[in-house]
Amino acid sequence: MTANESKVDSIIDEYNAEPGSLISILQDIQLEYNYLPEESLEYVAKILDIPRVQVFGVATFFKAFSLKPKGKQQIHVCMGTACHVRGSKKVLEELERKLEIKAGDTTDDGEYTLETVNCVGACALGPVVVENEKYHGEMTPIKVESLLNSKKV
Amino acid sequence: MSQNSQAPRGEMVKIMLNGAEVQADPHWSLLEAIQFYGIDIPTLCHDEGLTPYGVCRLCVVEIGSGDKTKLVASCMHPVWEGLEVRTHSNRVIKTRKTILELLIARCPSSKKLQDMAALLELKEVRFEPLNDDCILCGLCVRMCEEQMGAKAIGFAGRGPERYITTPFDMNSEECRKCGACMYICPVVELRCQGPQAETVLCSGCINTEPVCAPDYGEAMCFMVPCLSCVKGPEDVK
Repeated sequence: MTANESKVDSIIDEYNAEPGSLISILQDIQLEYNYLPEESLEYVAKILDIPRVQVFGVATFFKAFSLKPKGKQQIHVCMGTACHVRGSKKVLEELERKLEIKAGDTTDDGEYTLETVNCVGACALGPVVVENEKYHGEMTPIKVESLLNSKKV
Repeated sequence: MSQNSQAPRGEMVKIMLNGAEVQADPHWSLLEAIQFYGIDIPTLCHDEGLTPYGVCRLCVVEIGSGDKTKLVASCMHPVWEGLEVRTHSNRVIKTRKTILELLIARCPSSKKLQDMAALLELKEVRFEPLNDDCILCGLCVRMCEEQMGAKAIGFAGRGPERYITTPFDMNSEECRKCGACMYICPVVELRCQGPQAETVLCSGCINTEPVCAPDYGEAMCFMVPCLSCVKGPEDVK
């Protein structure tokens, strides 16, 4: 934990340990670990001298933060209106079947995290799947396999 | 109220309260002025010892005149010179009933909400009951922080997933188990457990004349069913 604390310490120091910088600090921790470890949140609350429940409230309010470890490959399936009418549900179901997890979960080997989003602003390409910030338009259940295989080297 | 806080103490402003010209302290909230003149409007998330929060919206009143009227939550609204307020206009009563309807649909088991329904003569709830045990009024959170100084509970999540919890959903070290949160909670007390089948609205006491709720506000009718829902001997089990 001391190694982690020094990492979190340097992040907090960047923002001069100001309570107002809580979100920026949490963003940097999220970037570092891919999720928000509980110990680091406790530590942030202690150093910034704000109630633990406030840190927890902020961490659960924003979708960008996750309290559970996320996989290396993050797959977001757009469930917006345009993608929905073009069959994003079937794409999601195929991904769930292939990865053997439900939307919002991470595979046991920590490789994939599957999530749904409500719109990624690329409605003309629908259904859209975003995989590690790379956009895949006009997805079909058939294309899902090649998407996953291209990553498994 | 922030925008009036520069006004010197002691100087009063005139407001039109239900058509009557009255004086009010510019440091008051609108709700305080209304209550000062003895007008009873229902509140749920308001407590004198806590900062106003403005979430239950039951203290809604209509301000302005002519075409430019609007509904505001009086607990969060400042008073100013010439403000026109109506606390019981048709629009206010209709809105207040709808708000209460939504609250009851969320928490039909609360005595306080059921009593309020009897007082406001709410006859039916048109929404599907959720049977939740929290209306997210935030009284417990403010009580814990402002009066108890513990800051052991707070809100987590967002939108429909918002809920009140301790840090990391675990037993909180900060909590001294003082019970203030339960003392102030408006939905912790269960409603009348009368002999009739449970419906969303208890509503028996609407039929009593006069309505019993204001007279027996402290009575625990879940211990002693008031039996006003019993119409004939065939209803008694």
